[in-house]
Amino acid sequence: MTADPSAVSNVEIKFDHVTKAFLRDSRNHENVLRAVDDISLEIHSGDIVALLGKTGCGKSTMFNMIAGLLDPSEGNVRVAGRDPFREFDWFRGKIAVVFQNDRLLPWRTAIGNVELGLEMLDVPKETRRDVAQHWLTKLGLNGHEKDYPHALSGGMRQRVSIARAFATDASLLLCDEPFSALDEMTGQRLREEFANLVRENKKTAVFITHSIDEALQLGDRIVVLKRPAKIAYETRLGGGTSAEERANIRSRIREVLAV
Amino acid sequence: MNGIESFVRRAAMLAIPFVFLAVVWQAVSLVMPAFVFPSLDNIFNRTLSILESWRQFSDVLATVSRILGGLAGAFILGAIFASFMMRFRFLDKFISPILTFFQGIPALSWVVFAIIWFRGTEFRIFFIMVATTLPAFTFQILDALRGMQKDLIEMVQSFRPTRRKILTAMIVPAILPEILTAWKVNLGNASRVVVVAELVGATDGIGYQLMQQQQLFDMAGALAWTLQIVFFVVVVQQIISLIETSVFRYRAISERTI
Repeated sequence: MTADPSAVSNVEIKFDHVTKAFLRDSRNHENVLRAVDDISLEIHSGDIVALLGKTGCGKSTMFNMIAGLLDPSEGNVRVAGRDPFREFDWFRGKIAVVFQNDRLLPWRTAIGNVELGLEMLDVPKETRRDVAQHWLTKLGLNGHEKDYPHALSGGMRQRVSIARAFATDASLLLCDEPFSALDEMTGQRLREEFANLVRENKKTAVFITHSIDEALQLGDRIVVLKRPAKIAYETRLGGGTSAEERANIRSRIREVLAV
Repeated sequence: MNGIESFVRRAAMLAIPFVFLAVVWQAVSLVMPAFVFPSLDNIFNRTLSILESWRQFSDVLATVSRILGGLAGAFILGAIFASFMMRFRFLDKFISPILTFFQGIPALSWVVFAIIWFRGTEFRIFFIMVATTLPAFTFQILDALRGMQKDLIEMVQSFRPTRRKILTAMIVPAILPEILTAWKVNLGNASRVVVVAELVGATDGIGYQLMQQQQLFDMAGALAWTLQIVFFVVVVQQIISLIETSVFRYRAISERTI
């Protein structure tokens, strides 16, 4: 398959007039739900993009299309110039996902869980142990390598799942509300560490969230989605964005979501 | 010291019911004829003589290998059936009623069918073992596959694993507890069925030897041969329990008992 021209630019993800419809009733093909409706969006390498919206706005559907778990009904989704659904296996080791709950395998120790993605890539045992150890240390879990998930706190478990995603060295990180199940303080601290790690390691990250604060803290670009599955507002943030500007953005997002 | 005390206490608790049973048996044997209630030392000597004589012990080994062979066959077939039933709904709908029907057929009927249908002793017994334990293995493996956490499967899928990798990293560890339980349950069933099968259609094995003891009216011999299969079941159950303790050490243990 020929790669899309966008692959040569620094466009990492491209939605080109993408629609995703689900059948509400398998016996009536006209009774459909348009979860995503004619969305076009480009995400560049190194971006940290927050897909923000209320439940049912289509953010999870977009997330799943980027991950290659869903195929669009109309339009094209391209990741690194390729079709993530049809070329699913090509993305092995190139996309890593951090889920809302930690989803650690209970029969594996913390280090065993971090090694999981590397095992899928056939990384030799010694190398993957070193890499897993490096990421556990980086996430402050030194000394907990041999602990099973049931012996770890919620925050520690989510750290292990973040370490698992980073260990594969995937260029694209997809995060599905990874901090929403944590208490406020732990979530806040982990968000900061996560954003630093993404920037340090020059990853592209797309995370879905329903929290405006989380989007403002993590994203350098915020895409607000609104039912019926359209982009309702979009903005960029940077280190230079002042507190006043952030407050204005927060108010604007609230207005958009309230309408 | 605490550990030793606890071990002694546990061993004593385990031994007390058997000591009680032995005392009652010995007491009854003093007043009943020896061919009905033989004394404990008689039973013990007969049991020992089976273990010491290769000719007799080979009958024990024949039964053990029939049990393990039959269980292995039923397990492999059950795993294949369960995998296809999990993957293809129509196969599940087709095979489930047949296996449920098979579950209702008594083990003795399978013995009769096998004698009528097949010639070789070994194949007959293998067939009986598979026919009686296959439905349970299939349903237990199928339930285990269905019980796997969807969240964890999705997580593993997100790494885009090969089929082999998803099997080794996710499916096998997830269903292992149910597989070991299935082996424990089916081992008990299989040990009962194999004795019946040997009693009717074999010229060696514990079942055949039990028939010999019945013809000789030798109660001590019957008990000694029965104990052989009981020992085997207990030993294998203990091995499975040891595997469980080692493999499932990841499980959280509540300090409060239910």
